[in-house]
Amino acid sequence: MAKQSIRIGTGSGWWGDRIEPAAFIVERGKLNYLCFETMAEATSSAAQVRARRDPGFPGYDTYLDARMRAVLPGCIEQGVKIISNQGWINPVGAAQRIADLLADLGLKGVKVAAVEGSLITARVRELTQTVLETGADVRSLEDIVSAEAYLGADKIVEALQGGAKIVVTGRVADPSLFLAPMMYEFGWTADDHRLLAAGSGVGHLLECGAQVTGGYFSDPGFKDVEEPWNLGFPIAEVTSDGDCVITKSPGTGGAVTLQTVKEQMLYEVHDPANYMTPDVIVDFTTAKLEAVGKDRVKVSNITGKPRTSTLKVSIGCLEGFIGEDMFFYAGAGCVARATLAKRILEERFKIIGLQAQEYRIDFLGMNAIHGEATPAHQTEPYEVAVRVAARTRTRSEAEKIGREVDGMAVSGVGHTGKRVPHAERTREVVGIWSALVSRDAVQGSIRYFES
Amino acid sequence: MQVPLRCIAHTRSGDKGNTSNIAVFAYLPAFYPVLQEQLTVERFKSRYAGLIKGKVTRYLAHNLEALNFVCEGALGGGVSRSLYLDNYGKALSSAILDFAILLPNGLVSLVDRQHLCAAGATVPSDASCQAVLRGIGN
Repeated sequence: MAKQSIRIGTGSGWWGDRIEPAAFIVERGKLNYLCFETMAEATSSAAQVRARRDPGFPGYDTYLDARMRAVLPGCIEQGVKIISNQGWINPVGAAQRIADLLADLGLKGVKVAAVEGSLITARVRELTQTVLETGADVRSLEDIVSAEAYLGADKIVEALQGGAKIVVTGRVADPSLFLAPMMYEFGWTADDHRLLAAGSGVGHLLECGAQVTGGYFSDPGFKDVEEPWNLGFPIAEVTSDGDCVITKSPGTGGAVTLQTVKEQMLYEVHDPANYMTPDVIVDFTTAKLEAVGKDRVKVSNITGKPRTSTLKVSIGCLEGFIGEDMFFYAGAGCVARATLAKRILEERFKIIGLQAQEYRIDFLGMNAIHGEATPAHQTEPYEVAVRVAARTRTRSEAEKIGREVDGMAVSGVGHTGKRVPHAERTREVVGIWSALVSRDAVQGSIRYFES
Repeated sequence: MQVPLRCIAHTRSGDKGNTSNIAVFAYLPAFYPVLQEQLTVERFKSRYAGLIKGKVTRYLAHNLEALNFVCEGALGGGVSRSLYLDNYGKALSSAILDFAILLPNGLVSLVDRQHLCAAGATVPSDASCQAVLRGIGN
Protein backbone atom coordinates (compact mmCIF):
# COMPACT_ATOMS: atom_id res chain seq x y z
CA MET A 1 0.00 0.00 0.00
CA ALA A 2 1.58 3.24 -1.13
CA LYS A 3 2.03 5.95 1.47
CA GLN A 4 0.10 9.23 1.22
CA SER A 5 2.88 11.41 2.61
CA ILE A 6 6.49 11.22 3.75
CA ARG A 7 8.90 13.44 5.63
CA ILE A 8 12.31 13.94 4.02
CA GLY A 9 15.12 15.79 5.79
CA THR A 10 18.51 17.05 4.68
CA GLY A 11 21.61 15.71 6.44
CA SER A 12 24.14 17.93 4.65
CA GLY A 13 24.02 20.58 1.95
CA TRP A 14 27.65 20.28 0.95
CA TRP A 15 30.85 18.48 1.91
CA GLY A 16 31.84 21.05 4.52
CA ASP A 17 28.42 21.35 6.11
CA ARG A 18 27.92 21.16 9.87
CA ILE A 19 27.24 17.77 11.40
CA GLU A 20 25.34 18.70 14.58
CA PRO A 21 22.13 19.70 12.73
CA ALA A 22 22.09 16.28 11.05
CA ALA A 23 22.08 14.55 14.43
CA PHE A 24 19.41 16.97 15.64
CA ILE A 25 17.08 16.48 12.68
CA VAL A 26 17.18 12.72 13.22
CA GLU A 27 16.41 13.15 16.90
CA ARG A 28 13.58 15.67 16.48
CA GLY A 29 12.46 15.61 12.85
CA LYS A 30 10.22 12.49 12.80
CA LEU A 31 11.73 11.67 9.43
CA ASN A 32 11.12 8.86 6.99
CA TYR A 33 14.20 9.73 4.90
CA LEU A 34 17.46 11.57 5.49
CA CYS A 35 19.41 12.68 2.39
CA PHE A 36 23.04 13.80 2.28
CA GLU A 37 24.45 15.98 -0.51
CA THR A 38 28.25 16.31 -0.35
CA MET A 39 29.53 16.75 -3.91
CA ALA A 40 30.51 19.99 -5.66
CA GLU A 41 31.31 20.21 -9.37
CA ALA A 42 35.00 19.43 -8.86
CA THR A 43 34.63 16.84 -6.07
CA SER A 44 35.24 13.73 -8.18
CA SER A 45 38.19 15.21 -10.03
CA ALA A 46 39.80 16.42 -6.83
CA ALA A 47 39.23 12.96 -5.33
CA GLN A 48 40.87 11.30 -8.35
CA VAL A 49 43.90 13.58 -8.02
CA ARG A 50 44.18 12.83 -4.32
CA ALA A 51 43.73 9.09 -4.83
CA ARG A 52 46.67 9.05 -7.28
CA ARG A 53 48.98 10.69 -4.77
CA ASP A 54 47.66 9.14 -1.56
CA PRO A 55 47.01 5.41 -1.86
CA GLY A 56 45.41 5.45 1.61
CA PHE A 57 42.61 7.82 0.51
CA PRO A 58 39.47 5.71 0.17
CA GLY A 59 37.79 7.97 -2.42
CA TYR A 60 34.60 8.76 -0.53
CA ASP A 61 33.46 11.69 1.66
CA THR A 62 36.24 12.51 4.10
CA TYR A 63 33.54 13.11 6.74
CA LEU A 64 31.73 9.81 6.06
CA ASP A 65 32.55 8.34 9.47
CA ALA A 66 31.63 11.48 11.41
CA ARG A 67 28.35 11.99 9.55
CA MET A 68 27.29 8.36 9.80
CA ARG A 69 28.24 7.95 13.45
CA ALA A 70 26.09 11.01 14.21
CA VAL A 71 22.94 9.63 12.57
CA LEU A 72 23.09 5.84 12.24
CA PRO A 73 21.85 4.81 15.70
CA GLY A 74 18.83 7.15 15.53
CA CYS A 75 18.03 6.33 11.93
CA ILE A 76 18.10 2.57 12.45
CA GLU A 77 16.10 2.80 15.68
CA GLN A 78 13.38 4.91 14.03
CA GLY A 79 13.45 3.23 10.63
CA VAL A 80 14.71 6.37 8.85
CA LYS A 81 16.22 5.42 5.49
CA ILE A 82 19.34 7.21 4.27
CA ILE A 83 20.17 8.32 0.70
CA SER A 84 23.62 9.83 0.28
CA ASN A 85 26.06 10.80 -2.47
CA GLN A 86 29.01 10.42 -0.10
CA GLY A 87 30.38 7.61 -2.31
CA TRP A 88 32.21 10.14 -4.53
CA ILE A 89 34.52 7.97 -6.69
CA ASN A 90 34.13 4.85 -4.54
CA PRO A 91 30.50 4.18 -3.58
CA VAL A 92 31.25 0.50 -3.01
CA GLY A 93 33.96 1.40 -0.50
CA ALA A 94 31.61 3.84 1.20
CA ALA A 95 28.84 1.23 1.44
CA GLN A 96 31.27 -1.31 2.92
CA ARG A 97 32.50 1.29 5.40
CA ILE A 98 28.92 2.12 6.43
CA ALA A 99 28.19 -1.59 6.91
CA ASP A 100 31.29 -1.83 9.12
CA LEU A 101 30.25 1.22 11.14
CA LEU A 102 26.78 -0.31 11.63
CA ALA A 103 28.35 -3.53 12.83
CA ASP A 104 30.62 -1.60 15.23
CA LEU A 105 27.52 0.09 16.65
CA GLY A 106 25.89 -3.33 17.15
CA LEU A 107 23.37 -2.66 14.37
CA LYS A 108 23.37 -5.96 12.52
CA GLY A 109 21.48 -7.09 9.44
CA VAL A 110 21.05 -3.65 7.84
CA LYS A 111 21.12 -3.71 4.04
CA VAL A 112 23.32 -1.03 2.43
CA ALA A 113 23.37 -0.46 -1.34
CA ALA A 114 26.06 1.16 -3.46
CA VAL A 115 24.97 2.78 -6.74
CA GLU A 116 27.87 2.82 -9.20
CA GLY A 117 28.30 3.63 -12.83
CA SER A 118 28.51 7.42 -13.02
CA LEU A 119 32.26 7.40 -13.72
CA ILE A 120 32.98 7.18 -17.45
CA THR A 121 36.56 8.48 -17.49
CA ALA A 122 37.94 5.74 -19.72
CA ARG A 123 35.11 6.07 -22.25
CA VAL A 124 34.49 9.82 -22.28
CA ARG A 125 36.33 10.47 -25.57
CA GLU A 126 34.14 7.92 -27.36
CA LEU A 127 30.87 8.74 -25.65
CA THR A 128 30.84 12.54 -25.80
CA GLN A 129 31.55 14.95 -28.64
CA THR A 130 31.39 18.64 -27.78
CA VAL A 131 32.51 20.75 -24.83
CA LEU A 132 29.38 22.74 -24.04
CA GLU A 133 31.19 25.84 -22.73
CA THR A 134 33.52 26.28 -25.72
CA GLY A 135 32.14 24.22 -28.61
CA ALA A 136 35.51 22.45 -28.86
CA ASP A 137 35.90 18.73 -29.51
CA VAL A 138 36.10 16.73 -26.27
CA ARG A 139 39.06 14.86 -27.80
CA SER A 140 41.02 18.11 -27.71
CA LEU A 141 40.89 18.20 -23.89
CA GLU A 142 44.23 17.36 -22.29
CA ASP A 143 45.02 15.64 -19.00
CA ILE A 144 41.48 14.40 -18.31
CA VAL A 145 41.54 13.13 -14.76
CA SER A 146 37.88 12.30 -14.31
CA ALA A 147 34.63 12.21 -16.25
CA GLU A 148 31.27 11.40 -14.82
CA ALA A 149 27.68 11.40 -15.93
CA TYR A 150 25.00 12.86 -13.68
CA LEU A 151 22.72 9.89 -13.00
CA GLY A 152 19.06 10.25 -12.08
CA ALA A 153 16.90 8.72 -9.39
CA ASP A 154 16.14 5.37 -11.05
CA LYS A 155 18.94 3.22 -9.58
CA ILE A 156 18.32 4.60 -6.09
CA VAL A 157 14.63 3.65 -6.45
CA GLU A 158 15.68 0.18 -7.56
CA ALA A 159 17.97 -0.16 -4.54
CA LEU A 160 15.10 0.83 -2.21
CA GLN A 161 12.88 -1.74 -3.94
CA GLY A 162 15.70 -4.22 -3.32
CA GLY A 163 15.33 -3.68 0.41
CA ALA A 164 18.19 -1.27 1.07
CA LYS A 165 17.84 0.90 4.17
CA ILE A 166 20.86 3.00 3.19
CA VAL A 167 21.77 3.89 -0.40
CA VAL A 168 25.13 5.50 -1.13
CA THR A 169 25.97 6.78 -4.59
CA GLY A 170 28.65 8.42 -6.69
CA ARG A 171 27.60 11.30 -8.94
CA VAL A 172 23.84 11.67 -9.04
CA ALA A 173 22.08 14.97 -9.75
CA ASP A 174 21.43 16.60 -6.38
CA PRO A 175 17.60 16.78 -6.66
CA SER A 176 17.48 13.11 -7.71
CA LEU A 177 18.73 12.05 -4.26
CA PHE A 178 15.54 13.51 -2.79
CA LEU A 179 13.22 12.54 -5.65
CA ALA A 180 14.09 8.84 -5.33
CA PRO A 181 12.26 8.24 -2.04
CA MET A 182 9.15 9.98 -3.41
CA MET A 183 9.16 7.77 -6.51
CA TYR A 184 9.64 4.69 -4.36
CA GLU A 185 7.03 5.49 -1.72
CA PHE A 186 4.37 6.99 -4.01
CA GLY A 187 4.87 4.65 -6.94
CA TRP A 188 5.74 7.45 -9.38
CA THR A 189 7.23 6.19 -12.63
CA ALA A 190 9.77 7.67 -15.03
CA ASP A 191 7.05 9.02 -17.37
CA ASP A 192 5.04 10.85 -14.68
CA HIS A 193 6.79 14.05 -15.62
CA ARG A 194 4.38 16.34 -13.73
CA LEU A 195 5.05 14.44 -10.50
CA LEU A 196 8.76 14.01 -11.16
CA ALA A 197 9.06 17.75 -11.75
CA ALA A 198 7.25 18.51 -8.50
CA GLY A 199 9.44 16.07 -6.59
CA SER A 200 12.63 17.34 -8.22
CA GLY A 201 11.62 20.89 -7.33
CA VAL A 202 11.21 19.83 -3.71
CA GLY A 203 14.62 18.14 -3.92
CA HIS A 204 16.14 21.33 -5.27
CA LEU A 205 14.76 23.24 -2.29
CA LEU A 206 16.28 20.71 0.14
CA GLU A 207 19.61 20.00 -1.50
CA CYS A 208 21.55 22.92 0.03
CA GLY A 209 20.50 22.22 3.59
CA ALA A 210 20.06 25.36 5.70
CA GLN A 211 20.07 27.63 2.65
CA VAL A 212 16.27 27.24 2.67
CA THR A 213 15.91 27.59 6.46
CA GLY A 214 17.66 30.91 6.98
CA GLY A 215 21.28 30.09 6.14
CA TYR A 216 22.99 32.23 3.47
CA PHE A 217 20.15 34.68 4.13
CA SER A 218 20.53 36.96 7.17
CA ASP A 219 21.15 40.65 6.48
CA PRO A 220 20.76 42.67 9.69
CA GLY A 221 17.96 45.22 9.56
CA PHE A 222 16.60 43.73 6.35
CA LYS A 223 16.32 39.99 6.76
CA ASP A 224 16.79 38.94 10.36
CA VAL A 225 16.28 35.38 11.57
CA GLU A 226 16.12 33.95 15.07
CA GLU A 227 19.21 32.26 16.51
CA PRO A 228 21.26 32.14 13.29
CA TRP A 229 23.92 30.18 15.22
CA ASN A 230 21.42 27.35 15.66
CA LEU A 231 20.05 26.87 12.13
CA GLY A 232 18.03 23.72 11.59
CA PHE A 233 18.23 21.59 8.46
CA PRO A 234 15.08 21.53 6.32
CA ILE A 235 12.27 18.99 6.27
CA ALA A 236 9.81 18.53 3.42
CA GLU A 237 6.42 16.99 4.19
CA VAL A 238 5.64 15.68 0.72
CA THR A 239 2.31 14.26 -0.37
CA SER A 240 1.74 11.75 -3.15
CA ASP A 241 0.50 14.51 -5.49
CA GLY A 242 3.91 16.21 -5.31
CA ASP A 243 2.87 19.13 -3.13
CA CYS A 244 4.91 19.79 -0.03
CA VAL A 245 5.34 21.91 3.05
CA ILE A 246 8.91 23.04 3.70
CA THR A 247 9.64 23.33 7.40
CA LYS A 248 12.37 22.60 9.97
CA SER A 249 12.56 20.76 13.24
CA PRO A 250 11.29 22.47 16.39
CA GLY A 251 13.96 23.80 18.69
CA THR A 252 16.13 25.22 15.93
CA GLY A 253 16.85 28.79 14.85
CA GLY A 254 16.60 30.25 11.39
CA ALA A 255 13.36 30.65 9.46
CA VAL A 256 11.30 29.14 6.70
CA THR A 257 9.50 31.99 4.97
CA LEU A 258 8.36 32.91 1.47
CA GLN A 259 11.63 34.80 1.15
CA THR A 260 13.93 31.92 2.14
CA VAL A 261 12.05 29.51 -0.12
CA LYS A 262 12.02 31.87 -3.12
CA GLU A 263 15.74 32.54 -2.82
CA GLN A 264 16.53 28.84 -2.75
CA MET A 265 14.10 28.08 -5.59
CA LEU A 266 16.25 30.11 -7.99
CA TYR A 267 19.63 29.19 -6.47
CA GLU A 268 21.95 27.96 -9.25
CA VAL A 269 19.00 28.06 -11.65
CA HIS A 270 19.31 29.68 -15.07
CA ASP A 271 16.01 29.62 -17.01
CA PRO A 272 13.47 29.06 -14.22
CA ALA A 273 11.02 27.50 -16.70
CA ASN A 274 13.58 24.92 -17.83
CA TYR A 275 15.65 23.54 -14.96
CA MET A 276 17.11 20.35 -16.35
CA THR A 277 17.77 17.24 -14.31
CA PRO A 278 18.41 13.66 -15.46
CA ASP A 279 14.83 12.78 -14.48
CA VAL A 280 12.76 15.65 -15.86
CA ILE A 281 12.74 19.33 -16.87
CA VAL A 282 11.36 21.41 -14.00
CA ASP A 283 9.29 24.56 -14.47
CA PHE A 284 9.47 26.74 -11.36
CA THR A 285 7.46 29.56 -12.96
CA THR A 286 4.18 27.79 -12.23
CA ALA A 287 4.95 27.14 -8.57
CA LYS A 288 2.57 28.45 -5.95
CA LEU A 289 4.04 29.40 -2.56
CA GLU A 290 1.92 29.99 0.53
CA ALA A 291 2.95 30.72 4.11
CA VAL A 292 0.78 28.29 6.08
CA GLY A 293 2.20 28.75 9.58
CA LYS A 294 5.32 29.75 11.44
CA ASP A 295 8.27 28.27 9.59
CA ARG A 296 5.93 26.45 7.21
CA VAL A 297 5.71 27.23 3.50
CA LYS A 298 3.50 25.19 1.20
CA VAL A 299 4.87 24.67 -2.31
CA SER A 300 2.50 23.39 -4.97
CA ASN A 301 2.00 23.30 -8.73
CA ILE A 302 5.61 22.94 -9.81
CA THR A 303 5.24 21.57 -13.33
CA GLY A 304 7.57 20.16 -15.93
CA LYS A 305 8.33 18.47 -19.20
CA PRO A 306 9.72 15.03 -20.04
CA ARG A 307 13.42 14.44 -19.58
CA THR A 308 15.88 14.80 -22.44
CA SER A 309 17.57 11.86 -24.18
CA THR A 310 20.99 12.85 -22.82
CA LEU A 311 22.75 13.10 -19.48
CA LYS A 312 25.14 15.88 -18.48
CA VAL A 313 28.76 14.87 -18.18
CA SER A 314 31.30 16.72 -16.08
CA ILE A 315 34.91 16.39 -17.24
CA GLY A 316 37.80 17.37 -14.98
CA CYS A 317 41.18 18.25 -16.51
CA LEU A 318 44.47 19.00 -14.82
CA GLU A 319 45.21 22.56 -15.81
CA GLY A 320 48.06 23.60 -13.53
CA PHE A 321 48.42 25.17 -10.11
CA ILE A 322 47.42 28.19 -8.07
CA GLY A 323 49.84 29.84 -5.67
CA GLU A 324 48.36 32.19 -3.09
CA ASP A 325 49.40 34.14 -0.01
CA MET A 326 48.70 37.41 1.81
CA PHE A 327 50.15 40.05 4.12
CA PHE A 328 48.77 43.04 6.02
CA TYR A 329 48.78 46.77 6.75
CA ALA A 330 46.90 48.85 9.31
CA GLY A 331 46.50 52.40 10.54
CA ALA A 332 47.26 55.73 8.89
CA GLY A 333 48.51 55.35 5.33
CA CYS A 334 47.79 51.63 5.14
CA VAL A 335 46.38 51.82 1.61
CA ALA A 336 49.40 53.75 0.34
CA ARG A 337 51.72 51.12 1.80
CA ALA A 338 49.63 48.33 0.29
CA THR A 339 49.73 50.08 -3.08
CA LEU A 340 53.52 50.37 -2.92
CA ALA A 341 53.78 46.72 -1.90
CA LYS A 342 51.68 45.76 -4.93
CA ARG A 343 54.04 47.71 -7.20
CA ILE A 344 57.09 46.02 -5.63
CA LEU A 345 55.62 42.57 -6.26
CA GLU A 346 54.67 43.41 -9.84
CA GLU A 347 58.24 44.49 -10.54
CA ARG A 348 59.70 41.46 -8.77
CA PHE A 349 57.50 39.11 -10.78
CA LYS A 350 59.13 40.62 -13.87
CA ILE A 351 62.60 40.25 -12.37
CA ILE A 352 62.11 36.57 -11.59
CA GLY A 353 60.32 35.96 -14.90
CA LEU A 354 57.19 34.51 -13.31
CA GLN A 355 55.42 32.27 -15.82
CA ALA A 356 51.77 32.82 -14.87
CA GLN A 357 48.70 32.40 -17.06
CA GLU A 358 47.09 35.05 -14.90
CA TYR A 359 47.78 36.71 -11.58
CA ARG A 360 46.00 39.25 -9.42
CA ILE A 361 46.83 41.34 -6.37
CA ASP A 362 43.76 42.39 -4.40
CA PHE A 363 43.31 44.46 -1.27
CA LEU A 364 41.04 42.67 1.19
CA GLY A 365 38.84 45.24 2.80
CA MET A 366 38.75 47.29 -0.39
CA ASN A 367 38.27 45.41 -3.65
CA ALA A 368 38.98 41.71 -3.24
CA ILE A 369 35.38 40.54 -3.49
CA HIS A 370 33.69 42.74 -6.09
CA GLY A 371 36.91 43.50 -7.95
CA GLU A 372 36.54 45.99 -10.79
CA ALA A 373 32.88 46.52 -9.83
CA THR A 374 33.89 48.08 -6.50
CA PRO A 375 32.64 51.70 -6.41
CA ALA A 376 35.34 54.35 -6.37
CA HIS A 377 35.83 56.96 -3.61
CA GLN A 378 35.17 54.61 -0.73
CA THR A 379 36.39 55.68 2.71
CA GLU A 380 39.87 54.40 3.42
CA PRO A 381 39.68 51.29 5.62
CA TYR A 382 41.63 51.06 8.86
CA GLU A 383 43.17 47.74 7.84
CA VAL A 384 43.97 46.18 4.51
CA ALA A 385 45.29 42.74 3.56
CA VAL A 386 47.16 42.29 0.30
CA ARG A 387 46.27 39.00 -1.34
CA VAL A 388 48.33 37.67 -4.22
CA ALA A 389 47.20 34.76 -6.38
CA ALA A 390 48.54 33.35 -9.64
CA ARG A 391 47.61 30.45 -11.89
CA THR A 392 50.56 28.68 -13.42
CA ARG A 393 51.33 25.56 -15.40
CA THR A 394 53.70 24.04 -12.84
CA ARG A 395 53.77 23.80 -9.07
CA SER A 396 57.28 25.24 -8.92
CA GLU A 397 56.03 28.43 -10.61
CA ALA A 398 53.08 28.63 -8.21
CA GLU A 399 55.47 28.32 -5.26
CA LYS A 400 57.10 31.58 -6.32
CA ILE A 401 54.06 33.53 -5.15
CA GLY A 402 54.52 32.50 -1.54
CA ARG A 403 58.28 32.95 -1.81
CA GLU A 404 57.93 36.53 -3.03
CA VAL A 405 55.42 37.28 -0.28
CA ASP A 406 57.99 35.92 2.18
CA GLY A 407 60.39 38.53 0.84
CA MET A 408 58.00 41.30 1.79
CA ALA A 409 58.67 40.62 5.49
CA VAL A 410 62.15 42.15 5.58
CA SER A 411 62.71 43.64 2.14
CA GLY A 412 59.40 45.30 1.41
CA VAL A 413 57.46 48.20 2.91
CA GLY A 414 57.42 49.63 6.44
CA HIS A 415 54.84 48.30 8.90
CA THR A 416 54.23 45.09 6.94
CA GLY A 417 52.36 42.39 8.86
CA LYS A 418 53.20 38.87 7.73
CA ARG A 419 52.28 35.36 8.67
CA VAL A 420 54.88 32.63 9.00
CA PRO A 421 53.82 30.15 6.32
CA HIS A 422 52.19 27.24 8.10
CA ALA A 423 49.97 25.83 5.41
CA GLU A 424 50.41 24.66 1.81
CA ARG A 425 50.38 27.77 -0.37
CA THR A 426 49.85 26.04 -3.71
CA ARG A 427 46.99 23.91 -4.94
CA GLU A 428 46.26 21.95 -8.08
CA VAL A 429 43.74 23.32 -10.55
CA VAL A 430 41.22 20.88 -11.94
CA GLY A 431 39.28 22.67 -14.65
CA ILE A 432 35.74 21.45 -15.19
CA TRP A 433 34.08 21.18 -18.61
CA SER A 434 30.65 19.86 -19.55
CA ALA A 435 29.37 17.63 -22.34
CA LEU A 436 26.34 15.45 -23.06
CA VAL A 437 26.16 11.69 -23.29
CA SER A 438 23.41 9.46 -24.62
CA ARG A 439 21.33 8.14 -21.73
CA ASP A 440 21.59 4.57 -23.06
CA ALA A 441 25.39 4.61 -22.89
CA VAL A 442 25.54 5.02 -19.12
CA GLN A 443 23.89 2.33 -17.05
CA GLY A 444 24.18 2.51 -13.31
CA SER A 445 24.53 -0.67 -11.29
CA ILE A 446 23.85 -1.69 -7.70
CA ARG A 447 25.80 -3.75 -5.17
CA TYR A 448 24.37 -4.72 -1.81
CA PHE A 449 26.13 -5.18 1.52
CA GLU A 450 24.82 -6.14 4.94
CA SER A 451 26.10 -5.19 8.36
CA MET B 1 12.02 59.12 -3.73
CA GLN B 2 15.34 57.40 -4.40
CA VAL B 3 16.04 54.31 -2.32
CA PRO B 4 18.68 51.60 -2.56
CA LEU B 5 17.39 48.39 -4.11
CA ARG B 6 17.79 46.60 -0.79
CA CYS B 7 14.81 48.55 0.61
CA ILE B 8 12.47 46.87 -1.85
CA ALA B 9 14.20 43.63 -2.83
CA HIS B 10 16.47 40.84 -1.62
CA THR B 11 19.02 38.89 -3.64
CA ARG B 12 20.94 35.59 -3.82
CA SER B 13 23.68 34.34 -6.13
CA GLY B 14 24.56 30.82 -7.22
CA ASP B 15 27.31 29.28 -9.36
CA LYS B 16 27.56 26.90 -12.31
CA GLY B 17 30.99 26.75 -13.94
CA ASN B 18 31.96 30.27 -14.98
CA THR B 19 28.36 31.52 -14.78
CA SER B 20 26.77 33.18 -11.79
CA ASN B 21 23.02 33.65 -11.45
CA ILE B 22 22.00 36.61 -9.36
CA ALA B 23 18.31 36.53 -8.48
CA VAL B 24 16.48 39.63 -7.29
CA PHE B 25 13.21 39.19 -5.37
CA ALA B 26 10.69 41.96 -4.67
CA TYR B 27 9.72 42.15 -1.00
CA LEU B 28 6.15 43.02 -2.09
CA PRO B 29 4.26 42.34 -5.33
CA ALA B 30 3.86 46.12 -5.77
CA PHE B 31 7.63 46.54 -6.10
CA TYR B 32 7.97 43.91 -8.82
CA PRO B 33 6.92 46.13 -11.77
CA VAL B 34 9.34 48.80 -10.54
CA LEU B 35 12.18 46.30 -10.61
CA GLN B 36 11.18 45.06 -14.06
CA GLU B 37 11.14 48.58 -15.42
CA GLN B 38 14.25 49.96 -13.77
CA LEU B 39 16.57 46.99 -13.34
CA THR B 40 17.24 46.36 -17.00
CA VAL B 41 20.00 44.07 -18.24
CA GLU B 42 22.07 47.10 -19.27
CA ARG B 43 21.81 48.80 -15.88
CA PHE B 44 22.40 45.56 -14.03
CA LYS B 45 25.49 44.88 -16.11
CA SER B 46 26.87 48.36 -15.60
CA ARG B 47 26.80 47.84 -11.82
CA TYR B 48 29.02 44.80 -12.37
CA ALA B 49 31.18 46.45 -15.04
CA GLY B 50 34.60 44.85 -15.25
CA LEU B 51 33.53 41.92 -13.11
CA ILE B 52 30.96 40.21 -15.32
CA LYS B 53 32.81 39.67 -18.58
CA GLY B 54 30.19 37.83 -20.66
CA LYS B 55 26.56 37.98 -21.67
CA VAL B 56 23.82 38.70 -19.14
CA THR B 57 20.35 37.23 -19.65
CA ARG B 58 17.37 38.31 -17.56
CA TYR B 59 14.64 35.77 -16.83
CA LEU B 60 11.40 36.74 -15.12
CA ALA B 61 9.50 34.55 -12.66
CA HIS B 62 6.23 36.43 -12.11
CA ASN B 63 5.02 33.90 -9.55
CA LEU B 64 8.06 34.62 -7.36
CA GLU B 65 8.11 38.35 -8.18
CA ALA B 66 11.69 37.68 -9.19
CA LEU B 67 14.23 38.65 -11.83
CA ASN B 68 16.98 36.11 -12.45
CA PHE B 69 20.13 37.53 -14.04
CA VAL B 70 22.28 34.80 -15.57
CA CYS B 71 25.77 36.24 -15.88
CA GLU B 72 28.31 34.47 -18.05
CA GLY B 73 32.01 35.00 -17.44
CA ALA B 74 31.44 36.15 -13.86
CA LEU B 75 33.64 33.75 -11.91
CA GLY B 76 37.17 34.28 -13.17
CA GLY B 77 37.14 31.31 -15.55
CA GLY B 78 35.11 28.92 -13.39
CA VAL B 79 34.94 28.03 -9.72
CA SER B 80 37.93 25.67 -9.68
CA ARG B 81 40.34 27.71 -11.83
CA SER B 82 39.29 31.14 -10.55
CA LEU B 83 41.82 33.39 -8.82
CA TYR B 84 39.02 35.31 -7.13
CA LEU B 85 38.97 35.14 -3.36
CA ASP B 86 35.21 34.48 -3.52
CA ASN B 87 35.55 31.91 -6.28
CA TYR B 88 31.95 30.68 -5.96
CA GLY B 89 30.70 34.25 -6.24
CA LYS B 90 28.48 33.78 -3.22
CA ALA B 91 29.01 37.43 -2.25
CA LEU B 92 28.29 38.74 -5.76
CA SER B 93 24.61 39.20 -5.01
CA SER B 94 25.35 41.96 -2.52
CA ALA B 95 26.72 44.45 -5.07
CA ILE B 96 23.34 45.14 -6.64
CA LEU B 97 21.78 45.93 -3.24
CA ASP B 98 22.95 49.55 -3.54
CA PHE B 99 21.43 50.03 -7.02
CA ALA B 100 19.44 53.28 -6.97
CA ILE B 101 15.70 52.77 -7.42
CA LEU B 102 13.44 55.73 -8.09
CA LEU B 103 10.39 54.72 -6.11
CA PRO B 104 7.06 56.24 -7.24
CA ASN B 105 5.53 58.33 -4.44
CA GLY B 106 2.56 56.03 -4.13
CA LEU B 107 4.80 53.12 -3.14
CA VAL B 108 7.00 54.86 -0.57
CA SER B 109 4.64 54.16 2.30
CA LEU B 110 4.80 50.44 1.50
CA VAL B 111 8.52 50.21 2.15
CA ASP B 112 9.30 48.41 5.39
CA ARG B 113 10.29 51.14 7.86
CA GLN B 114 13.03 48.98 9.33
CA HIS B 115 14.54 48.65 5.86
CA LEU B 116 14.55 52.41 5.38
CA CYS B 117 16.20 52.87 8.77
CA ALA B 118 18.78 50.17 8.10
CA ALA B 119 19.60 51.67 4.69
CA GLY B 120 19.97 55.22 6.06
CA ALA B 121 23.61 55.21 7.03
CA THR B 122 23.38 58.79 8.25
CA VAL B 123 20.40 58.11 10.51
CA PRO B 124 21.99 57.91 13.96
CA SER B 125 19.10 56.78 16.12
CA ASP B 126 15.64 55.40 15.90
CA ALA B 127 14.15 58.73 17.00
CA SER B 128 15.65 60.68 14.11
CA CYS B 129 14.84 57.75 11.83
CA GLN B 130 11.21 58.18 12.77
CA ALA B 131 11.51 61.88 11.99
CA VAL B 132 12.91 61.06 8.56
CA LEU B 133 10.03 58.69 7.98
CA ARG B 134 7.47 61.26 9.05
CA GLY B 135 9.09 63.60 6.56
CA ILE B 136 8.71 60.95 3.85
CA GLY B 137 5.06 60.55 4.78
CA ASN B 138 4.36 64.21 4.09
